[in-house]
Amino acid sequence: METSIIISGFGGQGTLFAGQVLAYAALHAEKHVTWIPSYGPEMRGGTARCTVIVSDEEIGSPLTRNPYAVVALNLPSLDKYEPLVQSGGILIANSSLINREMERTDVRGFYIPAAKIAEEIGNPRLSNMVMIGALLAVDPVIPLEVVKQSLNEHIPERHRKTLTMNFEAMERGAVFVQETLLTKKSA
Amino acid sequence: MTKQLLKGNEAFAEAAIRAGVEGFFGYPITPSTEFLEYMSRRMPELGRAFVQAESEVAAINMVYGAACTGKRVMTASSSPGISLMSEGISYIAGTEVPVVIVNVMRGGPGLGNIAPSQGDYFQMTKGGGHGDYFPIVLAPASVQEAIDYITLAFDLAEKYRSIVHIVVDGNIGQMMEPAELPPMRKIPKEAPEWAVTGAKGREPNILTSIYIDPVDEEVVNIRLLKRWLEIEKNEVRYKEYALDDAEIAVIGFGTAGRVASSAVRAAREEGIKVGLFRPISLSPFPKKQIEEISKRVRRILVVEMNSGMMLEDVKRVVQGRVPVEFYGRMGGVTPFPDEILDEIRRVDSNTADVADLEREQWLDRLEARIAGGK
Repeated sequence: METSIIISGFGGQGTLFAGQVLAYAALHAEKHVTWIPSYGPEMRGGTARCTVIVSDEEIGSPLTRNPYAVVALNLPSLDKYEPLVQSGGILIANSSLINREMERTDVRGFYIPAAKIAEEIGNPRLSNMVMIGALLAVDPVIPLEVVKQSLNEHIPERHRKTLTMNFEAMERGAVFVQETLLTKKSA
Repeated sequence: MTKQLLKGNEAFAEAAIRAGVEGFFGYPITPSTEFLEYMSRRMPELGRAFVQAESEVAAINMVYGAACTGKRVMTASSSPGISLMSEGISYIAGTEVPVVIVNVMRGGPGLGNIAPSQGDYFQMTKGGGHGDYFPIVLAPASVQEAIDYITLAFDLAEKYRSIVHIVVDGNIGQMMEPAELPPMRKIPKEAPEWAVTGAKGREPNILTSIYIDPVDEEVVNIRLLKRWLEIEKNEVRYKEYALDDAEIAVIGFGTAGRVASSAVRAAREEGIKVGLFRPISLSPFPKKQIEEISKRVRRILVVEMNSGMMLEDVKRVVQGRVPVEFYGRMGGVTPFPDEILDEIRRVDSNTADVADLEREQWLDRLEARIAGGK
């Protein structure tokens, strides 16, 4: 089983860090994993994305044309990756910044008001973690509990005070997905 | 030791430190900058030498001078930076001092761009500097291999008093993967006997690359060549995947090889009898192994992130026994596995003679692919 995830947004939205959180958790879960950023002469406000591949076997290519899951933190990311997600894959859009509907009907699409939720928690910079929580609620590539354990172990000391906030952000993202799924069922 | 999540450039740097590097001299350039950045922090911490020189030309000459003292020294750069170092590289080869040089290759020629490439294959394997010498060139394909082969690089450099180039592309420099670092090695107290260390109580050692009399220079050339022939005999390294019953062999190094491994796995699932040969020592080139493969497969596909450079070395070994086809991406574009899978399928069903037109045929396919938006 090989799972490829692209997390994409503006520089400064924490896309690279979000990918690293998944990569550390994958290591914690004793999976094979690669994390690779798009690197370029980009600065804050430009695009920033990373590809994370999690697998039970040795990983060949660290890059993929057609990812299984895409976390789009802004509109350009949705525009770029919506056509590329694998059929049956996952597309998670940050509806706080994306004001259009998805066109694909063959993927599991979710709209998460990540910035709004992050602000409710008290830190607008947690959008990325809300989105990660949402992704793992759709498909626990790595169980949320393992992600939390590994974040606890690897978070830089200077950020330790934000640990519970990060946990809350992931939980709120997950809950939002679960509620969306319930609404879909009853509709 | 347990596995840690490590970025290629930083893993490289820490592994060099643990292998006993005592001097790092460099100049920052993307996509190798984290290497120097990491060294700038760690080397002073350990009381070892770190200098960010005023240019690559200065950096390589600092490496040259420091290497003459018999200490383990190195530099890391990226394609245009390596070009600037060429003169110093040749002087180091001519002086027969051990040096490790990492090239995190990027798109070119010229200033090009900072995206991953394998376009320096010729420059690295066929010399790099001027004059009559052969460098050792190693091409790791993962963060773990980066660690393992930089450790080996120092040992080989010392054993053969040779330059060892390590070439990766920007992907491996920038990527994070779980990997295990070796324990810290003790730094040897005694300098090798050829080193210049002050000559107290002994005759001075002279280290130079100047041999005015051609007869003397030829003596050096003969010594270098003999050493190289030993290296060719002893230091060939490579990896094989699923080649045992393969009818098609894919050959690729570094990132291209590893992307090809994904395609090979997918093609196997479709029932195509394909395997992968991934040279790790690009120089010395695994000639015997590829010759052997060419005697038991129907066809060979070479995959690179350049315009077909290793292709020429493969063809020279295969000598027309089987058709050799090519697929590459250039300019800093990394191929996706699906492109190589398409190529494997095509090669598997192709029975036509290639007649030395593999580049022309590939260009047609590449241009069609680019026109199709891929």
